[in-house]
Amino acid sequence: MTTAVAHGDPHQVGVLADFEHEGPAPKRIVTGFGFWIFLLSDMVMFSCFFAAYAVLLGQTAGGPSGAQLFNLNNVAIETGCLLLSSFACGMASIAAEERNFFWFQIAMAVTCVLGLAFLWIEFHEFADLVARGAGPSRSAFLSAFFTLVGCHGGHVSAGILWLLTMMAQVYAKGFRADIQRRILCFALFWHALDIIWVAVFSVVYLLGSAA
Amino acid sequence: MSDVELHHQPDLAPGDEETTSVRLRVLGYLVGLGLAILLTATSFFIAGTDLVWQPSIPVAIIVLAIAQMGVHLVFFLHITTGADNTNNVMALAFGLLIVFLVIGGSLWIMANLNHNMMPMDQLMQMQR
Repeated sequence: MTTAVAHGDPHQVGVLADFEHEGPAPKRIVTGFGFWIFLLSDMVMFSCFFAAYAVLLGQTAGGPSGAQLFNLNNVAIETGCLLLSSFACGMASIAAEERNFFWFQIAMAVTCVLGLAFLWIEFHEFADLVARGAGPSRSAFLSAFFTLVGCHGGHVSAGILWLLTMMAQVYAKGFRADIQRRILCFALFWHALDIIWVAVFSVVYLLGSAA
Repeated sequence: MSDVELHHQPDLAPGDEETTSVRLRVLGYLVGLGLAILLTATSFFIAGTDLVWQPSIPVAIIVLAIAQMGVHLVFFLHITTGADNTNNVMALAFGLLIVFLVIGGSLWIMANLNHNMMPMDQLMQMQR
């Protein structure tokens, strides 16, 4: 109680002034925040693809619409894969912070396998669509569809390359501070991809087959 | 001075958590996973059901998607409303502003242009 009175500052408004001259923030915070800004700009880029998709939704040029093409069972399996891989990635970041080599590599391997399963199903879906004559050149709607979903798939592929790199770096260099920062950024990237997939399966697949 | 240090909360990097107990952290991810699965399952169920009033389905799917994104942000990315997280939330708010401007603006402008455009056959007639 006495400290609160002595403070006279229950919301710690003045505390900031005391710490202004402490020097720059720790590198982990600066790196994480910078990568967070990058992820938000990535989401802005995806919002452009979403806007293009929404505008071109009806422009099927006499070709098939989403409701005739999409297989929701596949989408449900893909969603499950990405959700569980996001969870495994969370386990990997806990293991990294606890500096537990064994569980880190196990969790990253599970994340990788689930991500690859997602990509495998998506690749087959795309190949099937192209084989049925519903490739990206068929209509403006399909161009927008392949761009949006393909861009997400490209991000997942890049994420898997990054994931394997992190496994190798932890194996070769251990849990050094710079490696820990890279793991933090990778985890942010992977979770952000899952958020974008939520928007994709809701807007593209569920709304597309409901309409 | 030690009082001030006690109250001082350093900033958190996005993705970092405050609690240190492994059990609690795993529990946090499990709760997030459970909520996400629940919301996803509801979305997929609603998309294919006849039980609810049909025009409400798109709205319900969008609301569920936004809720699930919130769950992911809080439980997986650890973006919270805490004092140590203000910078991360402000960046997120600005990102969301741009996202809504891009999507809403594009849909609005394109619908308006579409509405005001002459039917295609008349346009062809004029150009002849």
